Amino acid sequence: MPQLDIFLENLKISVGMFIPEFILTATFILAILFDLIFKKSRNISGYVTLLGFIVTGIFLYLQVGTNYRAFADLLVIDDFGSFFKFLILITSFLIVLMSLLSKELYSEHRKLGEYYSMIAGMTFGMFLLCGASNLIMIYLAIETMSISSYILAGYTKEVKRASEASLKYVIYGAISSGIMIFGISLIFGLTGHLNLFEINKFFATNDVDIFALGISSLMIVAGFGYKISAVPFHFWTPDVYEGAPVTITAYLSVASKAAGFAVLLRFLKVTFIDSIPGYDSIWTTLSGIDWNFVIAVLSVLTMTLGNLVAVWQTNMKRLLAYSSIAHAGYLLMGVAVLNDTGAASVLIYFLVYMLMNLGAFYIVMLISNKIGSEDIEDYNGLGYRAPVLGVCMTLFLISLTGLPPTAGFIGKLFVFSAVINAGYLWLAVIGVLNSVVSLYYYVKIFKNMYLKDVESQKPALEYSAPAIILLMVFAIPTLVFGIFYGPIVSWANNSVHIFLGN
Amino acid sequence: MSIGLTHYLVLAAILFSFGIFGILTRKNAVLVLMGLELVLNSANINFIAFAKFGGLNIQGHVAAIFVIILAAAEVAVALAIVLNIYQNYRHINVDEIDKLKE
Repeated sequence: MPQLDIFLENLKISVGMFIPEFILTATFILAILFDLIFKKSRNISGYVTLLGFIVTGIFLYLQVGTNYRAFADLLVIDDFGSFFKFLILITSFLIVLMSLLSKELYSEHRKLGEYYSMIAGMTFGMFLLCGASNLIMIYLAIETMSISSYILAGYTKEVKRASEASLKYVIYGAISSGIMIFGISLIFGLTGHLNLFEINKFFATNDVDIFALGISSLMIVAGFGYKISAVPFHFWTPDVYEGAPVTITAYLSVASKAAGFAVLLRFLKVTFIDSIPGYDSIWTTLSGIDWNFVIAVLSVLTMTLGNLVAVWQTNMKRLLAYSSIAHAGYLLMGVAVLNDTGAASVLIYFLVYMLMNLGAFYIVMLISNKIGSEDIEDYNGLGYRAPVLGVCMTLFLISLTGLPPTAGFIGKLFVFSAVINAGYLWLAVIGVLNSVVSLYYYVKIFKNMYLKDVESQKPALEYSAPAIILLMVFAIPTLVFGIFYGPIVSWANNSVHIFLGN
Repeated sequence: MSIGLTHYLVLAAILFSFGIFGILTRKNAVLVLMGLELVLNSANINFIAFAKFGGLNIQGHVAAIFVIILAAAEVAVALAIVLNIYQNYRHINVDEIDKLKE
């Protein structure tokens, strides 16, 4: 009986730790219910979702500082997970606000109840992914978020581009998760466990066939690589980003990438790193696979391809898609060094990336609301037709390039210094060269906005006060964090310790 | 000759390869989804075979059940998307759905 007592005690505490996820589930259901009850108001489920996210945030804040293995090791609640959960929650909140202002979604008298509840459902899946420490849990969480995102990508279902995007997304996504589950089944056969902590213990005491382990763990990393759009698994990214509604493109480029990086870091650290207490900040790899090299190669491929192909793009969404692939490459550099400084730099970079990337997509959405186009040629003279948007876009582009005094510079600074401190000078050099390439295509947008069609006779674009206020929510932190970066750095450094269960 | 773990693993590997081959070569979206089912079920065979022959715990069986359920959910969503494609294009030939440039 003592076993049962321990189990019940664990279950009781776990349910208490699961409150944020419970609230998200309730939000998911309430958004649909309110949409059915109040048929007249189209925004009501959006407001319900916003409220649900705020309450979730409060309960998530109360959880900060706890380390617990919940539900018999299925989930881990720790500060590392909380950091990414906060990031995902803030992104979801901002995306709902953006959706309320989107013209694309509100055309055709479309019902939006399902849209907002799917966003809540996707957030739920990503929350699970941030804490998952069991391979089956990881698979379930990835599928929960993916299935919601397939629907969201094709939500404007009478638009041919959107339905094509969702078809491509579902096929590529299903293949990659199929490959991932095959890899999981092989790891299960090799070690006899699905729990990451048990697998780690097995690696610490037994020798495993390196070839079989390499194949199976690469298959699992392929599943994560698909989520973060790392290069051999990136084929879906440009098409889906171009076809999906802008709000969903922005959501996929930030939130699902954040969840992917959270699970990649946790998987690598918990499974393959020697977990002797006191030595865990150095991250010694077990099991003989050179993870530093594997991730470094992925990183170089990702950023080089992302930046070089972005140069040729003429559609804003497609350009930002390739730029987000390139940013995944910079983030992978931080993962490749496999130590706590590297992981902290990934957290810092992600916070900054969230602000500037969402901001850039928001401006693309505002402009397409008015002129109905995402072509870079149509951005000619926009700096004069919509001065506020022009200035903010320039700010986001400078930040995406990584030049001071913006937040993007701070993010790149920490990633590059982590890489150089770990002795990977060649990786840092490739990263800097890539940043130079990225300057070219970011400046191209700036050039179209300010140096072409200067004497434009086209009317100025007017925007409502809420739209401009939301724009400032992205723009001001991007500028302020470039100068006062102390808070984000200390938050990231406090959150970097992944709970190893000791 | 008795049937052992290796036979099951080889069968799973063959099914996996057929699944990937089907996904890559079929033009009809529904047949692509059938290839996907092969991939998922090859993983299931692995799970069950390891659980039976490895003397391992119940986790393998549980994993297989989860995979079956998720495969059903995923295919339901995928078929809805294919239906939507049919309404927009009047065909479901994956190769000809290429308005978004490569």
